[in-house]
Amino acid sequence: MHPAFSVIFLTTFIGVGQGLFLAIYTGEVYGTLDLLPAQHHNFYVTGSVLALIFLVAGLVASFFHLGHPERAWRSASQWRTSWLSREVIVLPAVIGAIFIYGLVHLLGLKLTLFGFNTGLANDLSLIIGAGGTLVTFLLFLCTGMIYACIKFLKEWASPLTIINYTLLGTASGFLLAAALAAMMAPTLVQFYVVWTIIITLSGLVTRTASLIRNARLKPQSNLKTAIGIRHGKIQQRSQGQMGGSFNTREFFHGAPDWFYRNIKWVFLALVFIVPVFLISLTMGDSGIVVLVAAFVIQYIGLIAERWFFFAQANHPQNLYYQTVG
Amino acid sequence: MSQLALVIDLNVCVGCHACVTSCKEWNTSGVAGALSDDRPYGEQPTGTFFNRVQTFEVGEYPNTETVHFPKSCLHCEDPPCVPVCPTGASYKREEDGIVLVDYDKCIGCKYCSWACPYGAREIDEHQKVMKKCTLCVDRIYDQNLPETERKPACVLACPTSARLFGDVHDPESVVSKAIREEGGYQLMPEWGTQPANHYLPRRKTRIQIHRDELVRADNPLKKEGPTVKPALDEPSLDDVTSW
Repeated sequence: MHPAFSVIFLTTFIGVGQGLFLAIYTGEVYGTLDLLPAQHHNFYVTGSVLALIFLVAGLVASFFHLGHPERAWRSASQWRTSWLSREVIVLPAVIGAIFIYGLVHLLGLKLTLFGFNTGLANDLSLIIGAGGTLVTFLLFLCTGMIYACIKFLKEWASPLTIINYTLLGTASGFLLAAALAAMMAPTLVQFYVVWTIIITLSGLVTRTASLIRNARLKPQSNLKTAIGIRHGKIQQRSQGQMGGSFNTREFFHGAPDWFYRNIKWVFLALVFIVPVFLISLTMGDSGIVVLVAAFVIQYIGLIAERWFFFAQANHPQNLYYQTVG
Repeated sequence: MSQLALVIDLNVCVGCHACVTSCKEWNTSGVAGALSDDRPYGEQPTGTFFNRVQTFEVGEYPNTETVHFPKSCLHCEDPPCVPVCPTGASYKREEDGIVLVDYDKCIGCKYCSWACPYGAREIDEHQKVMKKCTLCVDRIYDQNLPETERKPACVLACPTSARLFGDVHDPESVVSKAIREEGGYQLMPEWGTQPANHYLPRRKTRIQIHRDELVRADNPLKKEGPTVKPALDEPSLDDVTSW
């Protein structure tokens, strides 16, 4: 498939936003349970705003993918059958939940607002955050299933697609949360750093698993089934056009072979190895520059990872477009 | 419930592209507006087509066969492109099974084209909506046309009648008979899309001759060559005399 930068930025940006919210909320829950020191509400508000910036940036990027963005509202209608439609509904729900979560922290709202007295200072934000966590994971599911539900794109049609989207998004969000904590909540840095390492290494395992799986895939379609002629040697002599078409532009990545072959080593290093190495250095002290650098490096790696994710998918229609003529 | 479809006979397709040009001509002139056609006579011509004829070479020289392969939307009975559409622009008609795109609802996200294993959908790069074969839905029901012309433009254009059009759910239709009697098959059956369009394979007509049939078995005089030609008033005998 041809990797579109609008979709690359959409999936990576919302991944960071979702992961950052999960990290902030996890910190709050731990704080409530006295496992970690509770933070000033400024930390949660800033975290929510930062997560919103990434999610809205992803939403904006997605509009560049559309031929008719002014009709985008229609895309919420087919949620019964289409994972894309479900994502269109869940993404604003996540944005809305995080917005309310941040607002609750900013205004210090409590459940007493509705007449309940729980004695907890942050009871309302805990409930909103739980709902936000649910829709955040739903969004990972929707985003992953958009790709995993196309059964003949075998590189994508696997639960690993959803797991990777979830783990890679969460890893980048926790890393950003660590950088944010280094600025605003130094007592949380180590917590976020350790979880960033755990999630990133889990992502390394599952992403490597999908790389291995994809390397061993055997295509189910071939020229024999594509044109229905039983012969082991079929060659295309003409594809009915000389100058290319949508079919030749949309379904081939078009990058030079050396680039395609090497990019997976680049993203394996940038997404997993380099950030884990860098943040291991900061264990114990809050090296904000190192954390921000690790986040930026991992984000660049994620762009490469997403590029390769799209480029690797080999569409069966390509069988019909092997030779110009 | 009927399911309109094309049956394409690879045995008689000569790869002349008449179906391609007539399809483009009809569908670029309809109410949906022009089909993209950029630099048609320039260096990098490109555009949107509903139908293309491709050519494949089967076998190894000198034992090769050239197969011309017209390719368009197959109007699957279980179309994978329809449920993925987020807006409902992509739909399959209940009454005749034609898979269509509502150009006023399409947002041009291209997801349906990813979900079609055949690459039958092409985006119109000027109108920014997804387009595909309509089976000439704006022509086959047109009461102003004589009944013989209420067929897709490609079918009417084919000089060798390689394209048949009809209802594949009606067992007595010309297409059902062709599929049943001439070995019609579907493309990429492995994905369970159940394409309505079928293809008829190359067929070879061969006569079977055994060695003993090369020599006349009933030749009582054991003589080859012209047989005796008796005069008109003389008696004749089978296998011995001849006129």
